[in-house]
Amino acid sequence: MSAMAVLDLKRKLAILSDAAKYDASCASSGAEKRNSLSGPEGRGKGVGSTEGMGICHAYAPDGRCISLLKILLTNFCIYDCAYCINRVSSNAPRARFTVKEVVDLTLNFYKRNYIEGLFLSSGVIQTGDYTMEEMVRVAKSLRLDHDFRGYIHLKLIPEASPELAAEAGLYADRVSINIELPQDESLTILAPEKDPAGIKRAMGRMRLSIEDHNEPAKKAGKRKFATSQSTQLIVGADAARDSDILARSANLYGAYKLRRVYYSAFSPIPDAASRLPSMRPPLMREHRLYQADWLMRFYGFTQGEIVEPGEDLDLTVDPKTAWALRHRGDFPVDVNTADRDTLLRTPGLGTRGVDRILSARRQTRLTLADVKRVCGSTKRAQPFIVTADWTPGGLTDAKGLKASLIVPEQLSLF
Amino acid sequence: MRVVRLASEIDFDGWRRAGRALRAEGVPPEAVVWTVEYDLFADGAAPAAPAKGAGPRFTVPQPFIDLAERVVLNRSNERFALLYTLLWRLEREPGLIDNPADPDLTRARDMAKGVSRAAHKMKAFVRFRLVEGVEPEVYMAWFEPAHRVTEAVAPFFARRFTGMNWSILTPDACVAWDGETLKVSEGADPADAPREDAQEELWRTYYASIFNPARLNPRMMQQEMPKRYWRNLPEARLIPELIESAQRRTAQMVEARPNPPSERVLKAALRHARDGSYGESDPLTLEEAAVAAQVCRRCDLWREATQAVPGEGPARARIMIVGEQPGDEEDLTGRPFVGPAGRLLDKAMLEADFDRRKAFVTNAVKHFKHEPRGKMRLHKTPDRGEVQACRWWLDAERRMVKPRVILALGATAVMGITGRSMPIARSRGAPIALDGGARLVVSWHPSYLLRVPDADARARAYAQLVDDLRLAQSLT
Ligand code: SF4
Ligand code: SF4
Repeated sequence: MSAMAVLDLKRKLAILSDAAKYDASCASSGAEKRNSLSGPEGRGKGVGSTEGMGICHAYAPDGRCISLLKILLTNFCIYDCAYCINRVSSNAPRARFTVKEVVDLTLNFYKRNYIEGLFLSSGVIQTGDYTMEEMVRVAKSLRLDHDFRGYIHLKLIPEASPELAAEAGLYADRVSINIELPQDESLTILAPEKDPAGIKRAMGRMRLSIEDHNEPAKKAGKRKFATSQSTQLIVGADAARDSDILARSANLYGAYKLRRVYYSAFSPIPDAASRLPSMRPPLMREHRLYQADWLMRFYGFTQGEIVEPGEDLDLTVDPKTAWALRHRGDFPVDVNTADRDTLLRTPGLGTRGVDRILSARRQTRLTLADVKRVCGSTKRAQPFIVTADWTPGGLTDAKGLKASLIVPEQLSLF
Repeated sequence: MRVVRLASEIDFDGWRRAGRALRAEGVPPEAVVWTVEYDLFADGAAPAAPAKGAGPRFTVPQPFIDLAERVVLNRSNERFALLYTLLWRLEREPGLIDNPADPDLTRARDMAKGVSRAAHKMKAFVRFRLVEGVEPEVYMAWFEPAHRVTEAVAPFFARRFTGMNWSILTPDACVAWDGETLKVSEGADPADAPREDAQEELWRTYYASIFNPARLNPRMMQQEMPKRYWRNLPEARLIPELIESAQRRTAQMVEARPNPPSERVLKAALRHARDGSYGESDPLTLEEAAVAAQVCRRCDLWREATQAVPGEGPARARIMIVGEQPGDEEDLTGRPFVGPAGRLLDKAMLEADFDRRKAFVTNAVKHFKHEPRGKMRLHKTPDRGEVQACRWWLDAERRMVKPRVILALGATAVMGITGRSMPIARSRGAPIALDGGARLVVSWHPSYLLRVPDADARARAYAQLVDDLRLAQSLT
């Protein structure tokens, strides 16, 4: 006779949020703007708003933003993904929320202004469809029973039916499917039950649904639909190089119009599987990947320019500086005459700084001090730019230039 | 010396009226003292701000007004003087507002930025507490904003917590919402707000559990959640202990001996390897071919594509249409010729009186070859090796469908069918006999038509495509 202990809510919450913390995504931005005061459905009976920019309601001591109540419906799982703390073969304590418990917790936290909304994920119990249906019930109850107008992000179960995925899109602002590993081959080894092709097909269907619902001609009269999807890649659990990872991202952005690809440094988990490295998470590598990702999306760099096939990013300097050091012949750049694209490729100049430079130089010829005022700092840019009162001379080509640009970026205490 | 007394710390309108009058009078910034309360030692008691409507009006750039409205909320004592300096200078330097490098403007911008940040942090860090034993529910919060943003931020809370009765108390001002209107009153004292809320224990549990000790980074946390806010955040009291234990918890995880590999995992991996690859034995049905192509690894194109796009149409079609390869939409839907090229083909078919439902439509290459470009995928022509590799699937389809006529659209299709390259312009227009009795008709690929820049050439090629469709149909 075994008496299963009845877990109280607090204990469940501890287990099911601990299990959710390896998902890097916590963004609550980019949702359709709405509030409870007014809207197409009239004045709200409940609570909730999303105003474009997400809000971080707290920061954990790991420096990460806490914006959503990020939990699992359950951490029971029939699968055995080696990198995951919920895999069937792990000895982690298990728990399961009821639909109502998640709904109440979300509303209670929301009304106290702890969160922007809910990010619900789950281990797979029974079947993909069974699990997805429970998750959709949570979102549906929040929206329809409680007129909740805050943010909802649902993790899709790739093998759930397309109809359920589409229903999830009706209540969520964002949906995501984590592809987790940069190479299909490692997915086959580390997550044997996951089918990479099935994940891609599910993302493809979701892109079509999102585009279909958001097309202005079809929007009228339809219930609004999720506005974006995202995914996560784990960094450091397999042998993939940064070039493989960025190639995968470039592919995912292009194919499925993802809003974001999140990179998550593989983090040691309690009760880890033996086939995985036991090490501290490669946080600097993760940081460089995010920088490279930005260069691809906002700075006009192609993946091939950032890193050669089979190579990793330089950990000592940011990828734009690394690129500039490989192309010293293109520098220095005159901030008073160079075009926007060239300025964007200059180390130390961000998109906003470049726009300010462009508007400031219509008034005056910029000096180094001016550039400093509009960009915050010129430490990084200085060897690469010419201003009214400054030229780097031989500095651009100096041997020791790289060493001088290495600033210890403190990412963690270790 | 002129002294201006404003009605309150955030009296933007008062500052605006006074500034307008002073500038019109030509009073330079050095000659003005800005105060909020009555000052005993100031000379003269008459308010410098004239009655409403007096003084000539002039225009200033809208961005300056937006900036000033925010700067006024800053706790800096110089804010009113700095704004008047800018107002004064704007008369002489109208372009000033567009010069982000100007020192005065930069200072004002920084103040405004501080205000925006304080407003943002207020939206983030207010923590409501339920007032015990009141029906209907009432929520209250005590908060200490970094700048005087309470009134400015209040509408945000009204939009968000419309269906709730709530109030926020701060040292500067209090705002309350009763479901209908916002009320502002004088500043309060922390003792006026509830001391705790039962949900806070759950919130702290969440906060502690979502933290990953292996990623400890307290500096980053403090940058975004400065200490000044901690005393009003129920979760903040956990921080010291979480930081202190993080190193130990991480070390334990890193050093822990891993579990022995699970039998189950290894077996599943083997199973997948066995079932996952297509057999070298030929597929026997079209359905089988369609499924098997999904795991094909004959060339590298599967890697970057979503799925293989097999042919579709009647299994015994008399006519088979072969295109080049799937495009963006085909790759997502898994169906051939549904994108822009497919729509153009449909149009040509309509004109040629050609029933698409009677044809088996497929491609020479089954996976989408492309190159990512920002958020787009650019089509890339498959090379000879890829076409050769993928003939395995095309041949299987031909063997099973056994069409009498094959309409090849574009050079890649011709290569997939014949193994040779032929110029389209010279091989189109007349049927070509193929081994095994079928006849081949060659034409332009519709996506080629979409790319021809010259309108005349495009119209000519389109007419030829319609002709070729008619020709192919007549041969069945
Ligand atoms: S399916 Fe998801 S929850 Fe289950 S083991 Fe794999 S990653 Fe973990
Ligand atoms: S393109 Fe053809 S040969 Fe290459 S992987 Fe796909 S189905 Fe196989």
